[in-house]
Amino acid sequence: MSASAPPVSPLRPLLVLGCVAVAFMALFMLVDVSGPWDFVLPFRGKKVATALLVGYAVAVSTVLFQTVTGNRVLTPAIMGFDYLYVLIQTCLVFFLGSTTVAGLDPRFLFGAEVIIMVAFSAMLHGWLFGMARGNVHLLLLTGVVMGVLFRSLSSFIQRVIEPNEFIFLQDRFFASFNDPEHDLLLLSVVLTLGVSVLGLRLLRACDVLVLGREAAINLGVDYQRTVSWVLALVAILVAVSTALVGPVTFLGLLVANIAYAVMRTYKHAFVLPAAALIAAIALVAGQFILERVFRLDTNPRVIIEFVGGAVFIAMLMRKATR
Amino acid sequence: MIEAKNVSKRYGETLVVDGVTLSLPVGGITSIIGPNGAGKSTLLSMMSRVMPMSSGNVLVDGLDVTTTPGDMLAKRLAILRQDNHITARLTVRELVTFGRYPHTKGRPTVQDREHVERAIEHMGLSALADRFLDEMSGGQRQRAFVAMVLCQDTDHVLLDEPLNGLDLKHAVSMMKRLRHAADTLGKSFVLVLHDINFASCYSDHIVAMRDGKVAFQGRPEDIMRPDVLRAIYELDISVQQIEGDWIATHYR
Repeated sequence: MSASAPPVSPLRPLLVLGCVAVAFMALFMLVDVSGPWDFVLPFRGKKVATALLVGYAVAVSTVLFQTVTGNRVLTPAIMGFDYLYVLIQTCLVFFLGSTTVAGLDPRFLFGAEVIIMVAFSAMLHGWLFGMARGNVHLLLLTGVVMGVLFRSLSSFIQRVIEPNEFIFLQDRFFASFNDPEHDLLLLSVVLTLGVSVLGLRLLRACDVLVLGREAAINLGVDYQRTVSWVLALVAILVAVSTALVGPVTFLGLLVANIAYAVMRTYKHAFVLPAAALIAAIALVAGQFILERVFRLDTNPRVIIEFVGGAVFIAMLMRKATR
Repeated sequence: MIEAKNVSKRYGETLVVDGVTLSLPVGGITSIIGPNGAGKSTLLSMMSRVMPMSSGNVLVDGLDVTTTPGDMLAKRLAILRQDNHITARLTVRELVTFGRYPHTKGRPTVQDREHVERAIEHMGLSALADRFLDEMSGGQRQRAFVAMVLCQDTDHVLLDEPLNGLDLKHAVSMMKRLRHAADTLGKSFVLVLHDINFASCYSDHIVAMRDGKVAFQGRPEDIMRPDVLRAIYELDISVQQIEGDWIATHYR
């Protein structure tokens, strides 16, 4: 009986996560400073801010996407977002050439990428979702097919592109947390905060979506409208994080499922901040341990993706045996 | 009062529900019976706006279910479908609290908590209130879902096969509880039932469907007759009156 009783309050694990996150951020900022403080602090601060923002966007978008689809092994990546990003980059280099692309104002490029990705998902969701009368599975299937289309198109273009241009292109797919432009970061923060404030209204309706479509309709939630709004929110968050640091596949899956396990509640008001904090911890602590402890010059995302991928496979296996 | 006017559901060329016009009495228990594929569940889903209809309209207390805002209907009508699968881990109490959502929009007050405890007690789940749904048997889970729908406290309650997965004891106690709720709280229940003897013993009104149409309707004694049952099920069924109830025997 005691094992199945719910925890006293979900606030306590949230508090612990917050403290751990702050501790790692402080460690990352303050340990091993060899240069002047007025250079090191802003320099590292930018890295931490990027990790926080990306962690937040990836975590929140994944949890919301899993709520809408009622499936805890899915991430928004299944809708073909990362391949759309790859396709946009490939087309830019192919049609404009690497020198032009390198000379473009990054703010303009960022804005264009976000707009294209949001427009694509608005088209997919708005049009198809209306036609499918709220059939989320049809929507997912279309997303998968579109993803394959984007991937095939990009790999075709990459085949006919000049080798030097290809190397330039490949570099851009693995944009790390270290080099986002200052203005882009600010722009992303404003955009993310903006949509998050708008999304707060949906928080309690999202809790009801956990029960599934029919129960949500029964309880008076305007299902189609709510799901469309949530998907729009997911699209914007994914677009921001992808345009900022490139595709992140398994991080969301990893942190969302850790958050469910730690919080032991369905309430989004607790699960969402927990997932965001776990993502921030994973990114900042990962970077700290790699850079300062092991003195490795590897991108921590490689390791996070590796662990995330392993967890994904483990979850699939467990589902298959049940 | 729930009124269906010329309601149809079409999948491509197939008519699942074929122009049903029906007005269900206020108060008491109405059971919808009929063979598989007769369109019972589909009709129930359309009446409760969970499934859009191909043509026709349904009025609940004079409100058209397709145009009335969902949150307004949720205070008048509750539906429980079959196969309720939830990915999140919820306790019984958390699930039942969802029933208050139409009234509270997710911020339950002290009165709402009392409602929740009453519904849990009514379904005999008090000892299991903090148990997670995935740690319970199918029948217990089914009762938890019914408790949620009762907790919604609507005049109309629509249940799609509420006896699904319940053993004899719990099936009887479920029907008794619904009967009790109908008699003491003045609610109207519409049930889709497969067991015609349960329908006969506990309903005030029976609607028999066949091939997407309403074949017969009336009081239990009007429906529980060999000729009527043969027309519905294509089966020779003898009916006996036992202790005041009409009981069909259809096992041989």
